[in-house]
Amino acid sequence: MTQRVTRRQFLNYALMGTGSFMVAGITLPMARFAIDPLFAAGADGDFIQTSIRMDEITDEPVKVDFTFEQKDGWYESEVSDFAWVYRDGDNIIAFSPVCKHLGCTVTWGGDTSNPDMFFCPCHNGYYTKDGNNVPGTPPRGPLDQFEVADSDGYLALGALGANKLVG
Amino acid sequence: MFNKIYDWIDDRIDINPIWRDIADHEVPEHVNPGYHFSAFVYCFGGLTFFLVVIQILSGMFLTMYYVPDIVNAWHSVYYLQNDVAAGMIVRGMHHWGASLTVVMMFLHTLRVFFTGAYKAPRELNWVVGVLLFAVILGLAFTGYLLPWDMKALFATRVGLDIAESVPFVGEWIKTLLAGDATIIGAQTLTRFFAIHVFFLPAALFILLALHFIMIRKQGISGPL
Repeated sequence: MTQRVTRRQFLNYALMGTGSFMVAGITLPMARFAIDPLFAAGADGDFIQTSIRMDEITDEPVKVDFTFEQKDGWYESEVSDFAWVYRDGDNIIAFSPVCKHLGCTVTWGGDTSNPDMFFCPCHNGYYTKDGNNVPGTPPRGPLDQFEVADSDGYLALGALGANKLVG
Repeated sequence: MFNKIYDWIDDRIDINPIWRDIADHEVPEHVNPGYHFSAFVYCFGGLTFFLVVIQILSGMFLTMYYVPDIVNAWHSVYYLQNDVAAGMIVRGMHHWGASLTVVMMFLHTLRVFFTGAYKAPRELNWVVGVLLFAVILGLAFTGYLLPWDMKALFATRVGLDIAESVPFVGEWIKTLLAGDATIIGAQTLTRFFAIHVFFLPAALFILLALHFIMIRKQGISGPL
């Protein structure tokens, strides 16, 4: 019943086992090193306070600038960005200005013949006021939307996510 | 003088058959533009290789000045192009050669396709060729970011968006390429540099070796 392991088999297994161990010892650290960004902790959802007061916001979208400390690996910098912000009843709506076609910057009413739309000048992309992309124009989806909060009467912007108005 | 050196080496390691095997072989009539001018299409593969050699050489020299760092990358490119003697030529070789390589490679692929040279027994070499196509496109894509100007940044943003649109694993691919889930920045530049200068050239050399060994082993496909 006992299975005899021949000298040749034993040496083969020993050699292959040692070899695999050595290969793994070399490649695994490098692989883990390379894929580290996949395991990096996501950006914390801290709200960034802007300089616009909540009661200043009207139903006309305005450009609201904000700056924040960005940590890009070892490189930390002050980054400026902005959002299109307006009031919709009791809700404050804040859209990212990044076009969902190829990443240009959209403007509110940038096209004088369509003053009530977000317009991307790069390839004539249009979005309605709720951020929905107009069918037949290049954008592939609605504008992304910031979470908003009231910070001592001032608007604060949170994480950027999918458009909640259009679903 | 050179004969003596050659003989001295040949006496010891018999290099005659080595270089004969590499360089001394028949060129069939149907691929020789001297006989049929239209056979110039058979030169496209060799021309692609010639351009790749230029890319490798000019790229090696560019790294003498270039730094893959978001603060200094653009300035180092500006400096090597405008202040270094012949900088405009060396960078120009790499810049224009990159586009030409893609164009010649595409023409070579068309030649192989329309002459049916991919058919048995050369299917394996076609597969290696397609991998080479991907590697060259990867080199073109990763090299585009390195000058770190506006065009580089936005082209890479578009390219990463395309990578992200891959079903299921798109976001992982994007993060692995960019080095960060959302930022195109310092880590993106170093990663693209590493891929452009080490990883893809390594793959390129291996695939090119296979490509050439196979064509020598199997010979050029027959006339139409």
